[in-house]
Amino acid sequence: MIRFANVYKAYPNGALALKDVTFHVSKGEFVFLTGHSGAGKSTIMKLLFAEQRPSQGDVKVSGYSVPALRANEIPRLRRRLGVVFQDFRLLEDRSAAENVAFALEVTGARSDTIPARVMRVLTQVGLAAKSRAYPRELSGGEQQRVAIARALVNDPAILLADEPTGNLDERATRGVFQLLREINAGGTVVVMATHDLDLVRQTQYRTLELRDGQVVYDSLEDQAR
Amino acid sequence: MKLVTREALLAFRRAPLLSALSITTIAFSLFTVGLFGLVALNLRSALRDIEERVEIVAFLLHGTPSETVTLASQDIAAFPEVAAVSYVTEDQALERARRELVEFKDAYRDLAVNPLPASLEVRLRPGNRDARHVAAVAERLRGFAFVDDVRYGREWIERLDHLRNVFGVVGLVIGLAFAAVAIVIIGVTIRLTILQRSREISIMRLVGATDWFIRGPFLLEGMLKGALGGLLSIGLCWIGYTLFRSSVPAFAGIVFFGPQHLLLLLLFGTLLGLGGSLLSVGRHLREVGGRAERRAARRQQLGR
Repeated sequence: MIRFANVYKAYPNGALALKDVTFHVSKGEFVFLTGHSGAGKSTIMKLLFAEQRPSQGDVKVSGYSVPALRANEIPRLRRRLGVVFQDFRLLEDRSAAENVAFALEVTGARSDTIPARVMRVLTQVGLAAKSRAYPRELSGGEQQRVAIARALVNDPAILLADEPTGNLDERATRGVFQLLREINAGGTVVVMATHDLDLVRQTQYRTLELRDGQVVYDSLEDQAR
Repeated sequence: MKLVTREALLAFRRAPLLSALSITTIAFSLFTVGLFGLVALNLRSALRDIEERVEIVAFLLHGTPSETVTLASQDIAAFPEVAAVSYVTEDQALERARRELVEFKDAYRDLAVNPLPASLEVRLRPGNRDARHVAAVAERLRGFAFVDDVRYGREWIERLDHLRNVFGVVGLVIGLAFAAVAIVIIGVTIRLTILQRSREISIMRLVGATDWFIRGPFLLEGMLKGALGGLLSIGLCWIGYTLFRSSVPAFAGIVFFGPQHLLLLLLFGTLLGLGGSLLSVGRHLREVGGRAERRAARRQQLGR
C-alpha cells in the first residue's frame, strides 16, 4: 500500500528533513511513526498525501507514485486517503454533518446518497446524536471524531493521522485511539504519527522510530531478526 | 452546478460585511469609470452637434438652368460622403438674406437685379465631417462647369479635427487608467475574500477537490459581486447625473447612458469580477499548491 524507497527531502534552506528513508507498509497494517518533533514524522505524512514531493527517491501510495504525479492526479490520490490532524481542521461555520458532507460534495458524490453516508460514518464514530452541532459546541475529542468521520466518508484505503491525540486529554485520547483501532480492524491501513509513547506501548502495532530524518528503529525488522 | 451556486451564495451569507465591502468597492470603481464615460458621452454628443453644422456651399454661375442643377445635385447626392444636397435658388437666397440679415434689409429691398447667386448646400454623412473628406468633396464640386466657387469653413473644420483627436486620445488614456485602477482594486478585494477562506480551500484540497472545483464558487461569487457592483454604480451614476443636471442650469441638456451603454457597464463589472477572482484564486492555488513546492525541489536538484 505504501512504499518509501531511498527518500530524501530537503528544506528550502538545504537542510535535510528526511535522509534515505526506506520502508514498506502492507494491507491491513497499523503503523506508528514516533520520534521527537522535527524528526520527520510530519514530512513523511505530507509526502504520503502529496502535499510535498520528495527531493530524491520514490514514494508510492495506493498505486500512485508521488514524484511523478501530475497536478490533476493529486485530487484522485487524496480521495483514496483520509487525513486527520492534531488541530482537527474543521470548518467552524458548518455543523458536524455538513463538515462531513463537504468531503463528499467536493468530490462530486451523488447528492441523494450523501445524507445516508454521512449518518453512517457519524454513527461509526459515535456522534450521530450531535450531527447538527457546530465545532465550537463540541469537545476536542468530539471534534476529532468529526474529523475522522470526514476522513472515512470516502471509504479510504489508508487513513493518515498526524498527532491525532496531540490536543486531547487522556480520556479523549483513549477514545480516539480506540476508534482508530476499530477502523484498522475493518481493513483500513492506519498510519499514525505520535510522540505519545504510552499509547505505543499499550499495543503490539508496528512502530517506526525516526531521529533526525532517518528511520532508526522498525519493530517489524526487529521481530524478523 | 447546484453545489457551486450554493457555495457562492453561502459566501455572501457567511461574510456579509466583506461581501458588502467588495460590492461597494467595485461599485465605486465602476462609478468613476461611469462618470468618466458620461463626460465622454456628452462631449461626444456636443461635438456631434457642432459637426452637424459642417456644410459645403457651392455657388453657381448666374443663369445655370435649374434642370441642370437638379440633375447634378442627384449626382452629388450619390457621393458616398454626402448625406443631403439642397438647392437654393437665387430668389430663395435673396429671401433668406432679407430675413436673416436684418441690418441690410433696406439695401435688399430696393434692388432691381438680384445680386445673389444660387447655391447647392451639401451636408456630409457622420464620420466624413473632417477636413480631409470635406476638402475632397469640395474639390469634386469645383469640377462641375456651372460651379463658380466652393466655400467651407476650412480653418474651423481643421480645428474641429484637432479637438476630436485630443478628445479621443485623452479619453482613451483616462478611461484605460480608470479601468486599470478598478481592476486592481477589485483584484485586491477578491484576494481578501480568498485569504479569509484559505482554510476552507486547504480543506477542500485535502479531501480531494480538484482545482477547478475549488475555483467554481469563487468565480461565480466574483461574477455576482461584479454584476451587483455594476448595478450599484449605474445607480450612483444616475444620481450624480440627476444632481448635476438639476443644479447646473447650463447643463440641463446633458444626456444619460443608453440601454446598450448600461448593459456594457454591467457586463464590464461582471467580467471584472470574474477576471479578478480568476487571477486571485489562481495565484492562491499556485502559492499553496504543489507547483511552487515542485519548483523549489527542482532548483535544489539542479543546485546539487
